[in-house]
Amino acid sequence: MSAVAKADRIAAGRLEPMAYAGNFADLHPPLSRHEAVVEAERCYFCYDAPCMTACPTAIDIPLFIRQIAGGQPVAAARTIFDQNILGGMCARVCPTETLCEQACVREAAEGKPVRIGLLQRHATDAQMATGRQPYQRAAASGRQVAVVGAGPAGLACAHRLALLGHAVTIFEARPKPGGLNEYGIAAYKTVDDFAAREVAFILGIGGITIETGRALGEGLDLAELRQRFDAVFLGVGLGAVNGLAIPGEDLAGVQDAVDYIAQLRQAENLASLPVGRQVVVIGGGMTAIDVAVQAKLLGAETVTLVYRRGPAEMNASRYEQELAQTKGVLIRHWARPARLVGEAGAVKAALFERTRLEAGQLTGTGETFELSADMVFKAVGQRFAAPALDGVALAHGRIAVDGERRTSLAGVWAGGDCVAGGQDLTVVAVEDGKRAAMSIHHQLQR
Amino acid sequence: MADLRSEFVGIKSPNPFWLASAPPTDKAYNVTRAFEQGWGGVVWKTLGLDPTIVNVNGPRYGALHGSDRRLLGFNNIELITDRPLQVNLDEIKAVKRAWPDRALVVSLMVPCEEACWSEILRQVEDTGADGVELNFGCPHGMSERGMGSAVGQVPDYIEMVARWCKQATRMPVIVKLTPNITDIRYPARAAKRGGADAVSLINTVSSIIAVDLDRMAPVPTVDGKGSHGGYCGPAVKPIALNMVAEIARDPETAGLPISGIGGITVWRDAAEFMALGAANVQVCTAAMAYGFKIVKEMIAGLELWLDEKGLERPAQIVGRAVPNVTDWQYLNLNYIAKARIDQSLCIQCGRCHIACEDTSHQAITAMKDGKRHFEVIDAECVGCNLCVSVCPVEDCITMAALPAGALDARTGQIVQPDYANWTTHPNNPQRVAAE
Ligand SMILES: Cc1cc2nc3c(=O)[nH]c(=O)nc-3n(C[C@H](O)[C@H](O)[C@H](O)COP(=O)(O)OP(=O)(O)OC[C@H]3O[C@@H](n4cnc5c(N)ncnc54)[C@H](O)[C@@H]3O)c2cc1C
Ligand SMILES: Cc1cc2nc3c(=O)[nH]c(=O)nc-3n(C[C@H](O)[C@H](O)[C@H](O)COP(=O)(O)O)c2cc1C
Ligand code: SF4
Repeated sequence: MSAVAKADRIAAGRLEPMAYAGNFADLHPPLSRHEAVVEAERCYFCYDAPCMTACPTAIDIPLFIRQIAGGQPVAAARTIFDQNILGGMCARVCPTETLCEQACVREAAEGKPVRIGLLQRHATDAQMATGRQPYQRAAASGRQVAVVGAGPAGLACAHRLALLGHAVTIFEARPKPGGLNEYGIAAYKTVDDFAAREVAFILGIGGITIETGRALGEGLDLAELRQRFDAVFLGVGLGAVNGLAIPGEDLAGVQDAVDYIAQLRQAENLASLPVGRQVVVIGGGMTAIDVAVQAKLLGAETVTLVYRRGPAEMNASRYEQELAQTKGVLIRHWARPARLVGEAGAVKAALFERTRLEAGQLTGTGETFELSADMVFKAVGQRFAAPALDGVALAHGRIAVDGERRTSLAGVWAGGDCVAGGQDLTVVAVEDGKRAAMSIHHQLQR
Repeated sequence: MADLRSEFVGIKSPNPFWLASAPPTDKAYNVTRAFEQGWGGVVWKTLGLDPTIVNVNGPRYGALHGSDRRLLGFNNIELITDRPLQVNLDEIKAVKRAWPDRALVVSLMVPCEEACWSEILRQVEDTGADGVELNFGCPHGMSERGMGSAVGQVPDYIEMVARWCKQATRMPVIVKLTPNITDIRYPARAAKRGGADAVSLINTVSSIIAVDLDRMAPVPTVDGKGSHGGYCGPAVKPIALNMVAEIARDPETAGLPISGIGGITVWRDAAEFMALGAANVQVCTAAMAYGFKIVKEMIAGLELWLDEKGLERPAQIVGRAVPNVTDWQYLNLNYIAKARIDQSLCIQCGRCHIACEDTSHQAITAMKDGKRHFEVIDAECVGCNLCVSVCPVEDCITMAALPAGALDARTGQIVQPDYANWTTHPNNPQRVAAE
């Protein structure tokens, strides 16, 4: 009996085959043309608009919205892409509730911001549907730039450099470009293979070659790149994940959330992906929310997300927390993992200790509770795993850069999650890549 | 509760809301549905002589949309009724018999010959209708045939036809005016001289509502070509209000009853027309856009507002704003106002700042102590009301008058208590000595 039960504890195909498509459909379906115009007309076209200031890539939001209202979403897309070539992905994944839409004056006025994210998607979708390229490259400069990592930071950097006439080679460790857009973002935020389509759109400008399966530190080193190229941009993201450092972490059924999501994103058929019946997620960020929601959508019976502090301290926005709750995830606060309990080498429960703040310090109260679990996801943050970097200076464990995203090494720039001082958001990575490209361009012109 | 019963040139109706002569009043079927919803009266779609006119068989209408495709302006190239005269007359008679308490006025347009007018008037009289409205307004199609606005633009013709009609019938005669003229007082005076009992206005404004950039032709496009049409709906209300007021305050037409038309959509529009001198109102576009039920909002709204004002009948407000319509030269130049921004309502959109900064008087800050902050600089504010007009929040920016004795920071002058206008201003070369 126990064998049968155990075999069933982690299983694929928990749902009717038809149910997967519905569960993993677009979280926010696109606006129709009419809906987009109506929404666009709500924009007040503010002076020195707060939303623009709030956007890390400084998209001229009032202008692109006015272009949608004027019946020209393709012109609107140009305004967006001028600042953010990954405007299509950002429209889908940006936590707008803490960025542009939080700053919208209609949020202040009536709690109903203009739905900037959806309008941005409307415009960028319209451009991509034309199948045309909005940009023409400048005359070839004869300069060569190496970009390491084909995530949002690397792609944004490469596109801007190609636009300015430079030749770019991207070295990417994984088999597919896109970075976390391809391997990390929740499936229901980027349906229909959007990440790959966007990469194709970006590369469509020309002048960019991608070499996949080429990892810095594995037969490719920075010193060599610095020699062969006029400039190097590092956009390698965060390679490592934090551990829990508690007993039982190596039991079967205990997994890194990021790895599991990557499997999910790459799965040909979601029904083939095993998921637990009772799932426990440890962490409080976007990754924790995403793995919890997706486990639930795959058919887990219960998903409990446990975070050591309160709702306000969670890295996931209030909106993301509510999304998880609506999808049936139970969120428990003020408890930290103490031990994972196993049976025959597989996890069967997680023991938590309640916590509280004492004089600003998080402390355990000694009181514990146990949650049955056949799958436990670790989502307590990622770390920068420095490949051999030729002595690039670090700060707070990530690469140190200045305002132009220059590293301590001459001719080497960096951006995205791998640099210190960022926010671990797609849009911030794009801005880093763009700034670095402008800085590289100025340098190359000297 | 206020009593909305209305009497206009002797024609009684349960309320002052009539449907204007147009498609909503083209047939017994429509008019019956309108009466069922509560309309006080109708002006039947304009009748002409047989053989009937023919309409285009392609699109007749075009629209100007506001946000969410709200109909702001409407344009048509339709002509007068395209049904045989006798059919209309029979229906008019039947409807009047079925709805004796409602006003039923018949709109007419026939060639400029006395016999034509006396003949059709005799036929209309037989129906028992309450009165006639002479359509001197239609700006398209009919005007090319010497009728409609072709008559309405020549005061002498108006006078002549009005006189023929008054001689030929005992029914009240209302003359409907075209706005497609420079000074509306001339046709109104002519109507009065001809003996008309009242004027109604406005008919539609000549217009091209849009251009189809693919076909390179005006909208509505009939087989690749378009023609100018008649413009109506909310967009024409300001034009109509001014014309009504001009007639109401002209000494030569003072006391001539006015039926106000043009863009009336809700009760407040109607009340505004009445305040400027219209004794009743007529509606077309709003009914065509939303159906006949809109009259319920108009009736309830006017009643409630009159109750709140402690008034009993709409007649008590008719013309009440007319004495306050004056010429620019008599406006008090000693009246000084400044914009005031209510910081508790401000949502920081910055529209007031950029409007004033880019296009006016640089009188609103964008920043204070390093923070986004919008505040009026009295030393620059000329009190123009632009910021009030562009602010998306109602009542956030208001204009406050400076009391006499206060300092106007812009001019450095003390606000004077007395009234002084342009006629006596030192900068006026034609000034008259102030007494
Ligand atoms: C599960 C999850 C969900 C997220 N959801 C959101 C969201 O909804 N919204 C949002 O804004 N952000 C989200 N983020 C964050 C966002 O994905 C990142 O901030 C963003 O992808 C950072 O871009 P990047 O280019 O710096 O790094 P990455 O996207 O990580 O790309 C780095 C690339 O470099 C490659 N690489 C790494 N090492 C080497 C090497 N040595 N040699 C060559 N190539 C290498 C990697 O394979 C990868 O392709 C999420 C992150 C995770 C993990
Ligand atoms: C489609 C259409 C047809 C019209 N036909 C006539 C007509 O036959 N006779 C007439 O006097 N006015 C006609 N008018 C003008 C209206 O009676 C009215 O004067 C004008 O539309 C302004 O009022 P509104 O803004 O409420 O529509 C017509 C208007 C429209 C829209
Ligand atoms: S009233 Fe006119 S001048 Fe004064 S602040 Fe407003 S826009 Fe500027």
